[in-house]
Amino acid sequence: MTRIALTVNGSHCEADVEPRQLLAYFLREQLELKGTNIGCDTSSCGACTVLLDGESVKSCTVFAVQADGCDVTTVEGLADGDELHPVQQAFHEKHALQCGYCTPGFVMATVSLLKENPNPSEEEIRHGLEGNLCRCTGYHNIVRAVQAAARAGT
Amino acid sequence: MSILGNRVLRKEDPRFLRGEGSYVENLPLEGALNVTFVRSLFAHARIGGVDTTAAEALPDVQVFTGADIDVGPLGPPPLPGLEQGMKRPLVAVDVARFVGDIVAIVVSEGRAAGEDAAELVLVDYDPLQAVVRPADSVKDEVLLFPEVGTNVAGRSGSPEHDESLFDGCDVVVSDTIVSQRMAPCPLEPRSAAAEVGPDGRITAWFSTQTPHQDRMVLAMTLGLDPADVRVIAPDVGGGFGAKMLGAEEILVVWLARRTGRPVRWTETRSESMVALPHGRAQRADYTIGGTRDGKVLAYRLDVLQDSGAYPVLGAFLPNLTALMASGVYAIPRIEFEGRSVVTNTTPISAFRGAGRPEASQAIERALDAFAAELELDPAAVRRKNFIPKDAFPYTTVTHAAYDSGDYEGALDLVLRSAGYDDLRAEQRQRREQGGAKQLGIGLSSYVEITNGIDETEFGEVEITADGGAIVRTGSFSHGQGHETTFAMIAAQQLGLPIEQVTVHKGDTDEIAKGTGTYGSKSTQIGGMAARLAADDVVERAKQLVADYFEASPADIALDHALGRFRVVDAPEPSLSWPELAARAAADERLGELKAAHDFKSSPTFPFGAHVAVVEVDVETGQVELLRLVAVDDAGTLINPLVAEGQVHGGIATGVAQALYEQVVYDDDGNPLTSTFLGYAFPSAADLPLWEAVEMETPTPVNALGAKGIGESGTIGATPAVLNAVLDALAPYGVRHVDMPANGENVWRAIQEAKA
Amino acid sequence: MIPAAFEYERAGSVDEAVSLLGRDEDAKLLAGGHSLIPLLRLRFARPSLLVDIGRLDELRYVRDDGDRIAIGALTRHAELVRDPLLAQHCALIGKAAAGIGDPQVRHRGTIGGSIAHGDPASDLATIVLTLDAELVVRGPSGERTISAAEFFAGMFVTALAPQEVLTEIRVPKVQAGTYLKIERRAQDWATVGVAAARVDGRVQVGLTSMGATPLRAQGVEAAVAGGAPPADAAALAADGTMPPSDVNGSAEYRADLARVLVRRALEQL
Repeated sequence: MTRIALTVNGSHCEADVEPRQLLAYFLREQLELKGTNIGCDTSSCGACTVLLDGESVKSCTVFAVQADGCDVTTVEGLADGDELHPVQQAFHEKHALQCGYCTPGFVMATVSLLKENPNPSEEEIRHGLEGNLCRCTGYHNIVRAVQAAARAGT
Repeated sequence: MSILGNRVLRKEDPRFLRGEGSYVENLPLEGALNVTFVRSLFAHARIGGVDTTAAEALPDVQVFTGADIDVGPLGPPPLPGLEQGMKRPLVAVDVARFVGDIVAIVVSEGRAAGEDAAELVLVDYDPLQAVVRPADSVKDEVLLFPEVGTNVAGRSGSPEHDESLFDGCDVVVSDTIVSQRMAPCPLEPRSAAAEVGPDGRITAWFSTQTPHQDRMVLAMTLGLDPADVRVIAPDVGGGFGAKMLGAEEILVVWLARRTGRPVRWTETRSESMVALPHGRAQRADYTIGGTRDGKVLAYRLDVLQDSGAYPVLGAFLPNLTALMASGVYAIPRIEFEGRSVVTNTTPISAFRGAGRPEASQAIERALDAFAAELELDPAAVRRKNFIPKDAFPYTTVTHAAYDSGDYEGALDLVLRSAGYDDLRAEQRQRREQGGAKQLGIGLSSYVEITNGIDETEFGEVEITADGGAIVRTGSFSHGQGHETTFAMIAAQQLGLPIEQVTVHKGDTDEIAKGTGTYGSKSTQIGGMAARLAADDVVERAKQLVADYFEASPADIALDHALGRFRVVDAPEPSLSWPELAARAAADERLGELKAAHDFKSSPTFPFGAHVAVVEVDVETGQVELLRLVAVDDAGTLINPLVAEGQVHGGIATGVAQALYEQVVYDDDGNPLTSTFLGYAFPSAADLPLWEAVEMETPTPVNALGAKGIGESGTIGATPAVLNAVLDALAPYGVRHVDMPANGENVWRAIQEAKA
Repeated sequence: MIPAAFEYERAGSVDEAVSLLGRDEDAKLLAGGHSLIPLLRLRFARPSLLVDIGRLDELRYVRDDGDRIAIGALTRHAELVRDPLLAQHCALIGKAAAGIGDPQVRHRGTIGGSIAHGDPASDLATIVLTLDAELVVRGPSGERTISAAEFFAGMFVTALAPQEVLTEIRVPKVQAGTYLKIERRAQDWATVGVAAARVDGRVQVGLTSMGATPLRAQGVEAAVAGGAPPADAAALAADGTMPPSDVNGSAEYRADLARVLVRRALEQL
């Protein structure tokens, strides 16, 4: 077991982890943050996307030990009490979610995308989200949500 | 002011946006053991024995094999034409029939230990020859079920061929279209959990589309009284037809009983890709004939359906293909024969469209091929053959009784919306210029059947003490937005704000009965059941109000806009729902404000027309979809926002079949596309925006005027895109491209046409 | 899926990493992890020890070194995409990096990890081979430089000795360059990729996914040097290659794609 200390959604936490424990499972099982979903085993679907030191990463392809000393933000860390984060609000207003399973991953990927590119074209949005898969929406409303969030100035 | 028809934002969104979805994997289950299935590495093998010693030497690990399982086997569904002898043992005993067949079960404390132990289970496989292609299976040389004596798992239509079917045809065209095997890929892999309560009652949580039906089959399989079984479907992350009770769910419950501990299982994606049923996998040989001016006189469809190793719903789906074979056309003579055969592959079940995409893929390709042979415009040939707008209700020669439709109107609208003439002009220009990137424009006109097997759905409405309403539905949305749509329907009938109406679903203890959600039937039967239950509650409320006002119930009216009951023509006295509920509760009469309804209905037939515009790189075979313009008419739309979302998702899946996805096996039955790396599930970067155009032709079949919509986008999109690719390649002499019509398949077609 | 168990050490320096690798012959380096961790999750690889060098920020840089650009091995793909020095002097690297995987992958994956993995499907590996890059490695006996031509020995086999760590990639400043690839879906590995660059006046061409290692299209290069126009030179693109047949494409298809892409790349130079 290895001791790690990191910040998750603004709170300091320490834990003992097996080296082989992936960050996604650490978040879900040890910190009980179930919002980060696991949809595949080949780093393809992005349902597990979180922010690691402000950048989107697939938490299924990062070991918890690699996140030692880092700042992690999960979907649970976005809303401010009752008030949704502008990206969450945009997804709601544009009906950019159906079953919801891919949604946290898309929301986190969008936060990261807009941080790096605050005014993306449609093509840039699509390529910016090529690491996230959705079976329900056909992506159309997700693209519209990202455009709306960009306009709202996140 | 009616709320119906408005783009109401979804009530269910907040929990999903916040990461608070209660998917089965998220549910806390104190002390639960973990289940890992050991699955066959061979497509077809005799099982000599299973050595569990090394696995069970790990701490707290138990292994169960087929010899331990005292329930099952599972038979095919009791549907006509299916070979009932082809049963599936829950855990394979003597023979494994596909890569993914369960051969042992590891029970452990925690997932990691389960995977470690599963690797140590030693199975003695004696490989047998695998039969992978249906064309080989149908020869009955290698039998999956020797005791049955054939690989034919199902039959549909008729083997009789009328030699004179194409008499009078100036032109007859034949070809084959393969609707290739696809994997449903719900983003949430399957998950199940179960525990036995102190009273012996079972509670099971399933990631399923059909909690009530699952409970029935589960109880039957385990020899239990359904009353002793509670099935809860919490939040489910997509189903697309594939998530209905399977061997895994039954085994999870069996294990809970056997071990006396709660038990849970979540499949990995690579496990899901072999263990969750696949879809499509139907080969259709078509022949179409007609007169020189483009009138179709006859159509023959010969279908070979891959059932996978154990026949389930997939083996039956050719019956739906047969039913819908005529499409939107008035074809006077149609013949259909279908055979379903088993192969050493993952079983085939329903997948978004379930038998109807296959029908539209065949007829739309046939019609385009017929038009090409006649050198007529494909839109013009369609017009010549449409069932006319004034012909409804119309029964096709394949016995489909279409309720309402305006096929020519849909085509006109989509062509106008797409700017068809401009597209043809641009195509001409590009062809004159030459160049590697050429345009293709493809059409489809389709009709589809929803609520296809005349089902009944349950709806209950109950007024709560604070004057709000609970809607309990036997439907089960897993992305389709019933918590909003059904709340809108009930709110409309009750005169309540939608915020006051909550939809409950998924728990068999709370919801008396239900069929679940599939087949695009939920709004039309579940929504109607809720509506009628709400109407009943209004009548009962009027009775109560009448008692309070000492009037006759016939003189009581509900002002829907205000949500107040009063005597007709007298604004006061009046009672709001909260006031009525409070008073009724005080009188112990609140229970009267509750009613349930079972609504049964015949099928409805949404329809539409799509135009696809593709750009084909004729040197590399790469295809880019530039535009997909879609008219999808599903009658009256309760919530156009939700309906549009269904269309978008459906179109994406239809496009994915046309251009990207295919499950591939090698000749030994080894799956080659069992991860998201190998299986070409497209991302946003691979697809364009959808141009969804509104058209609403209500159905007379129910008071909402609503048909289903969930699968329409899929059914319309695939043929439009395939036709577009072929349209792009026509000048190169290409007449046929296999789906996915992209990359190497296109390149090869071009090379072969050059030769 | 869950990887098989392994031990874990974090290296505080390259020399410490070298030393830790010596502890166990089944030890592997962990940098960005985006080649390694997917293998571990499917249990295709089971190292007994992972040596984490991901924090060695001293290996994240892009520097102008005269006639070469020096790239630290732990520079992430996303950093390659936005680096102004590379954009100016060796733009095909940023172009190729922009097409690797997806943004999440690019935030973690490193150029060193991608190259040291020895994957014939690696875009960056093809580019360093095309550019005759120099690969600086450090091992128990100190530092040495391996030419790209010698580096890729076989499928997932490189010239790195068991305890060696790739520390720097030194690429020439090019007069022109491009990277083209064909993929089934945007996030896929290349079905075929082509790197082409003008290096010191000479046109050099490399191929991704056309053999057991990244390859130089020597026939094409010789033809161009001899004055052949792009179409004629490109006709030789598949010569001497052994492309795989898999779900992304058959060998025959890949060979033709190589010819088409090489022609297009040469036309761009």
